[in-house]
Amino acid sequence: MTPSPGSYEEVAGALHEAAAAGRRVRVRGSGTKLGWGAPAPDPDVELSTAKLDAIVEHNAGDLTAVVQAGLPLARLREELAAAGQMLAIDPPGEGTVGGLFATADSGPLRHRYGGPRDLVLGMTVALSDGTLARAGGKVIKNVAGYDLAKLFTGSYGTLGAILEVAVRLHPLPPRAVTAVGSSDDPAAVGRAATELAHARIEAQCLDVAWAAGAGRVLGRFTGAEAAAQAAGAARALAAAGLAVEEVDDDAELWEAQRAGQRSAGGIVVRVSGVQAQLEEQMRAAERLGGSLVGRAAHGLSWIAFAGGGPEAVDGLRRELAPSPCVVLDAPAEVRRQVDVWGVGDSTAVGLMRRVKQRFDPAGACSPGVMAGGI
Amino acid sequence: MADLIRELERICGTDHVVTHPHALRTYESDGLLQYHAVPRVAVLPDSAPQVRDVVIACRDAGVPWVARGAGSGLSGGALPIEEGVLLVLTRMRRILEVDLPNQRVVVEPGVTNLDVSRAVAPAHFFPPDPSSQIVCSIGGNVAENSGGAHCFKYGFTTNYVTGLEVVLPDGDVVELGGKGVDVPGYDLVGAFVGSEGTLGVATRIVLRVVPQPEAARTLVAFFRHTSEAGQTVSDVVGAGLVPGALEMMDRLSIEAAEGAVHAGFPADAGAALIVELDGPEAECDARFDEVVALCERNGATGVRIAADPAERELIWKTRKAAFAAMGRISANYYVQDGVIPRTRLSEVLEQIDALSAEHGLRVANVFHAGDGNLHPLVCYDAAVPGEPERAEELAGLIVAVCVDAGGSITGEHGVGVDKKRYMPRMFGEGDLEAFQRLRCAFDPAGLANPGKVMPTPRLCGEVPGPYRQHPLEAAGVAERF
Repeated sequence: MTPSPGSYEEVAGALHEAAAAGRRVRVRGSGTKLGWGAPAPDPDVELSTAKLDAIVEHNAGDLTAVVQAGLPLARLREELAAAGQMLAIDPPGEGTVGGLFATADSGPLRHRYGGPRDLVLGMTVALSDGTLARAGGKVIKNVAGYDLAKLFTGSYGTLGAILEVAVRLHPLPPRAVTAVGSSDDPAAVGRAATELAHARIEAQCLDVAWAAGAGRVLGRFTGAEAAAQAAGAARALAAAGLAVEEVDDDAELWEAQRAGQRSAGGIVVRVSGVQAQLEEQMRAAERLGGSLVGRAAHGLSWIAFAGGGPEAVDGLRRELAPSPCVVLDAPAEVRRQVDVWGVGDSTAVGLMRRVKQRFDPAGACSPGVMAGGI
Repeated sequence: MADLIRELERICGTDHVVTHPHALRTYESDGLLQYHAVPRVAVLPDSAPQVRDVVIACRDAGVPWVARGAGSGLSGGALPIEEGVLLVLTRMRRILEVDLPNQRVVVEPGVTNLDVSRAVAPAHFFPPDPSSQIVCSIGGNVAENSGGAHCFKYGFTTNYVTGLEVVLPDGDVVELGGKGVDVPGYDLVGAFVGSEGTLGVATRIVLRVVPQPEAARTLVAFFRHTSEAGQTVSDVVGAGLVPGALEMMDRLSIEAAEGAVHAGFPADAGAALIVELDGPEAECDARFDEVVALCERNGATGVRIAADPAERELIWKTRKAAFAAMGRISANYYVQDGVIPRTRLSEVLEQIDALSAEHGLRVANVFHAGDGNLHPLVCYDAAVPGEPERAEELAGLIVAVCVDAGGSITGEHGVGVDKKRYMPRMFGEGDLEAFQRLRCAFDPAGLANPGKVMPTPRLCGEVPGPYRQHPLEAAGVAERF
């Protein structure tokens, strides 16, 4: 039975009580990404955010919102769409606001709008000594105080419990057209993707995909002149030697890109690379008999494969060094044998440990889940 | 202190250690001249290893230090400490790597903001563009999370820093982030950017640059009243447009800037609104007419569309001159940096007008209207007894109005020494205590820029709580170091 506190004070109280008793606590949203992070012992206590599911504020005219951690992303999406707006973060699958920010997951919209760290304006958190703290604000520009909202974004619940998040919103574009270029030559796909990343165009999304010996570049354009922009991108892709098409009804294309970031039974490795490495990343996916989806301009890719073990992950890391490779989805036995985060002896880890000790001195918040055994 | 100075001279050479009181006065203030303090010594290292050695020397001597870039900051963030060391980074102005294929530039902290854009021109640029971009340094931009006129569309410094090499106050050198994004672990780059020099000093900075937009269309529209200009801003944003820039000036700031630049802005205009659309040419053209129509619908008395780059330049020159030109109409002025939700603009301006009348002091307003960032300039004459105090009080009340409207005490200038007394207006004790935890993780001895940001000095205790061995440590899978 997972208790589901109904107020911020209750969460802080429950967290404090558990920490004081030396218990390990995990904050749980809808449980879609519980397998992520380093394998750690089961928590003694789980706290559900299910009752904290309100849209506290939607300031449509200011393009901002304040939402609670337990709010399902689907409901937020629906509410905002009714006002012609969106939170421009589109990770695969469903989940809650809290889970999204705790893991800093993202999708193809990252190309234009950035990731969760770039769209978070403020945050309210509970710490394991019972402190409730708020950082940032709810306006789109603000430099008062330390940016703890960014620190907690992607902290996997190891610093405290995320309770409420203030976010920047964007207008939902009325129409979209996607230009797609295909080729079975990873060099050509990589070159074409890089060329679009450097072009004086404004794509909403710019992705690459590789699966079963064939690759694609996908550029999505929105706005009044979406079709003209997509046609321009298609010409550039054709000039780079790719077979092109322009797709109006493109929802499925992008759903497939998102889906490529997850795997039910296989292994998914996220590579924080650079643009110039795209070709190599695709070749690496091909060698593993797997597939790749990625954000071309950021060099950020997800390589999914089945049947490999820890040695496959280690091989990827060697091949793509020095780009950090993080294991996301993976079968339990693989997770146990592999270094999920792969941060090794990075100088930053010591500092991360000091941060953890200051925010969660009791070591109660999901210990061991974060990089470096934090 | 004499020993420390000898050590600094050994590290950087006697030519680069300043101890003469007259020479030190160069550094007594940053861009905010109301505050001054002469440091005991200023040291100008030339490399990251020298910075590290200086920081270690300060650590060993238990002497606090303040890092300073170009000294153009507007919150007293680089105000020296009288019994401390000023770490001046102006000699570290090397662009270490221009990695255009990956759209990254790696620089030392003393490189100016504009030089980053110059290094990647003409195909790319570095979007954050503070008005001081000709002189301000990237190290300072990182410390303050600087913005500029184009951040409504493009974001702030924090959105463009992917990696940092930082010398921590204990002398440790850490690599945070890198060229890639979403690197594993806590987002310490995100925590460091905007920390106002209180967590350490960045010695190498990895920046993301982006392609220049294909086209830019700029107009300035004049209105009788700021409320009409404000409504136009709401309508533009409401139409789903995300202009590259949305800038507003009121009557007094138009008067001051016009006196300096002579761009021909009408003297009787109550407000000027600069709207710049940038992006694909077809898209800009298609939507620019919409902007013009919205200006006219809200009662614009004139709309001037920049016909060529020279005219666009002139419009921007007028806007960027507003601060400096204020000296033409007022002996002294006090700049504020409040932020409000954009939709509250009209009511907040009315409150500022009322406060201005009540205090018998003029307030000029320049704003980044898109993101609700106001720069009220409180005009006063320091020679008139009581006016400086009245100006300061008025400035404080304006900040209070912004916070009460749901905004912030600072949008881009930072808290520094100037706004720390306003922090409790925005943050409660639990919030401030959480900030202090981050500070203590980076700088437990409190040697990096003490006395800034936090409203009252605080010390870091030992890490509280009993040490508990992690199960993975017990299993030998991970260890603490």
